[in-house]
Amino acid sequence: MSALLEIDGLGIAFGGIKAVDDVSFAVREGEIVSVIGPNGAGKTTLFNMISGLYRPSQGKVRLKGSDITALEPHLLARRGLSRTFQNLQVFGEMTLLENVMVGHHLREKGGVLSDLLGLPASRRKTRASADSALALLARVGLEKAAYRAARTMSYGALKRLEIARALALDPKILLLDEPAAGCNAVETEEIDRLIAEIARAGVAILLVEHDMKLVMKISAHLVVLDHGRKIAEGAPTQVARDPQVIAAYLGQHGQEQVLHAEG
Amino acid sequence: MKPKHLSLLILTLLVVAAPFFFPSGFYYRIGALIFINAIAVTGLVILIGYAGQISLGHAGFAGIGAYACALAPEHLGLPPVAAILLGAALSAALAWLVGRPILRLHGYYLGVATLGLGILISMVLSNEAQWTGGPDGIAVPDLGLRGLLRDLGWRVGAGELWYGLAGLVMILGAWLALNLFDSPTGRALRALHGSEVAARTMGIDVARHKLHAFVVSAVYASVSGSLLALMNRLITPDVAGFMHSVQMVTMAVLGGVGSVLGAIFGATILTALPQLLTVFHQYEHMVLGLVMILVMIFLPDGLLPSLMKRLRGRDGE
Amino acid sequence: MADLLQFLMSGLTVGAVYALLALGFTIIFNASGVVNFAQGEFVMLGGMGTAFAIAAGLPVPLAALLAILGTAAVGVALNRLAIAPARGAPVVSLIIITIGAAIFLQGAAGLIFDKQIHRYPGFSGEAPLRLAGATLLPQSLWVMAGAALTFAALWLFFTRTLTGKAVLATANNPLAASLVGINTKAIMALSFGLSAAIGAVAGVLVTPITMTAYNTGVALALSGFAAAMLGGLGNPLGALAGGLLLGVLEAMTAGYVSSEYKDAVSFILIILVLALMPQGLLGRKSTDRV
Repeated sequence: MSALLEIDGLGIAFGGIKAVDDVSFAVREGEIVSVIGPNGAGKTTLFNMISGLYRPSQGKVRLKGSDITALEPHLLARRGLSRTFQNLQVFGEMTLLENVMVGHHLREKGGVLSDLLGLPASRRKTRASADSALALLARVGLEKAAYRAARTMSYGALKRLEIARALALDPKILLLDEPAAGCNAVETEEIDRLIAEIARAGVAILLVEHDMKLVMKISAHLVVLDHGRKIAEGAPTQVARDPQVIAAYLGQHGQEQVLHAEG
Repeated sequence: MKPKHLSLLILTLLVVAAPFFFPSGFYYRIGALIFINAIAVTGLVILIGYAGQISLGHAGFAGIGAYACALAPEHLGLPPVAAILLGAALSAALAWLVGRPILRLHGYYLGVATLGLGILISMVLSNEAQWTGGPDGIAVPDLGLRGLLRDLGWRVGAGELWYGLAGLVMILGAWLALNLFDSPTGRALRALHGSEVAARTMGIDVARHKLHAFVVSAVYASVSGSLLALMNRLITPDVAGFMHSVQMVTMAVLGGVGSVLGAIFGATILTALPQLLTVFHQYEHMVLGLVMILVMIFLPDGLLPSLMKRLRGRDGE
Repeated sequence: MADLLQFLMSGLTVGAVYALLALGFTIIFNASGVVNFAQGEFVMLGGMGTAFAIAAGLPVPLAALLAILGTAAVGVALNRLAIAPARGAPVVSLIIITIGAAIFLQGAAGLIFDKQIHRYPGFSGEAPLRLAGATLLPQSLWVMAGAALTFAALWLFFTRTLTGKAVLATANNPLAASLVGINTKAIMALSFGLSAAIGAVAGVLVTPITMTAYNTGVALALSGFAAAMLGGLGNPLGALAGGLLLGVLEAMTAGYVSSEYKDAVSFILIILVLALMPQGLLGRKSTDRV
């Protein structure tokens, strides 16, 4: 099977410091690939380049074979690339339902004039968006809170809201940036189940996650970053045995988990 | 009943009922002035409240609308109604041209760029005296509506006529803005207000939507300026000045820039108070300044939304 | 050639005032992240205060000192009463607050002083100096020298004194600064006081040339802001460069194009600079974190 998303020699430098350097890997359809690495390894920066927020200084990103490097995020969304954020980026003043409805933007686009006049076409689109947004909220278990403002919700709920919103785009590939960060064990379990379910439905997933248990369990393929460079990749069991990975990442991560448990 | 319909109903009832409490005919004029300001402020609700983009120069568009009504009938032979449309078209065109580069800016930078735009417009209106009459202003032709009604056998005073006309346009403007709120475009605007980054990744062309909000709000300001000119039959460059821009924004944030009804409430207070309390005149700037500071510190959502929250108790939603 | 020199001289005089205004913006912006639209009112207060103190019979140096100290107190009060309580508010709110403060101060000045135009004689007389065919008011030299002195004094303050370094540290990272024991609240008050005093100095120096009235502040603030942005907001050297450049450009426009549209220069410049290079001439590039 050919690759859906290809990352080819991607790199970026901030003020002369290479935050990500010459990273390559691929994600196939319906596959879960996880990017792991210690804090500051460049994972989020990598995501920001793939999703068009940062302009890479070297390398290419290809989606279904066509070059999408540094394309505007809204154009990437049209091609079926969607993402969530490590630091929540929800629309706080809007209801949960409206948040997810925004994810339907590309399907409900009309003219500003027809929206001002409240023409039937415009209202029909709003109703259609609301229906499918409600279904998505139900899928992440938030349908009961559909009409509450997002800013009143808990962190864990908003993490799921972001996933529902990203799914509303009907993406071919979904980038999840630490979807379980800050969530308790129950919430993590739910997100775990949700991610597996999304992948089963045929959506490719690129995941950044600190919860190693989660990553090892659901990923088909791991990419390990350290200091902006790829130091290993492969199946989870194989990567876990890689001495370089253990030295650079797992050792430090073990310490982190101890700190985490204490805190 | 949907909130949209409730808002429109309240607004219509207030416009219709208020004259029964007027002690004198003078109050029709104040009412008309309130509605005319409210039109511009409704436009700012779309720009500031929905889309989260500040403008400190919208009086410039009011100036374009006003001077279109003064100049187009004389120089182009257009009837005043067509002049309103011409002014709106010019404002929209200018907003579209200038909006493209400056709406990429954020926060302070956008504030200053729009402020500069407004001041440039008022500067042109002051300086090109051979066209605009300069700082002393220029006479504006009659709309002709009163004469038309008289010919149809309906005698109506100027105050009453402008009260009705401006009230009608205001309600129309509110209806459009309320439609927008709950539409795909409205959600896109509110989304980019909440998080521009997330809005972009949701497929929203942020630049295009900001531009739409800017152009639409410029048209509101332009129509407001046109009506002001036609009602007063005289217009000066002050209509486009910095103070007028600031007044518009203050009205919007005082009432609550997130809601159409709130903003109209703000326009009502800030228009009516100086008219009714003439002693107030000497302190007008100080009071305006104080209101701006105090509201922002203590009622950042504006008077009406804060009041509603109080009434509904702490649960908020 | 004499024309050019003439325009250059008057441009540098006005530019020195813009530079001081831009410096005031910069200090407050660095300390608090707020762009203070009331900055022009400080210049007005400095000029009006001095004019009234002189009219009341005080000697010029004392009148100037009083005006500067009084304005500094207004700056501190502005921070205490309007800016500090709104900490963390969105930018739109802060814009409205400082514009509200500007309008309030303008109204207050109109009431406390009056609504007339004021000036007082230049410090070294009014006889113009001749210089290669151009004339120069002695007061222009006062303005330029005063601005140069102010910049030099501030440079010494920020680089040589502990307090000055504390201000810079706070600007850089307020949290870290408070962790190492810097009283960031006091620093904020100091920044506003200092910035207001600098504005007042500009007002004291330039009033004999430009005259002043209660409602001159807003236009000054805009020019000062244009200068600050031209140089790159937050950069003191940029403030100096931006101020002088803007002053000269305005004078050249007035001389060679149209005196009516000389004020337009700053606004066209603002829009152009912002549209083409949002970081200003000397500013740094920044990247959002998501």
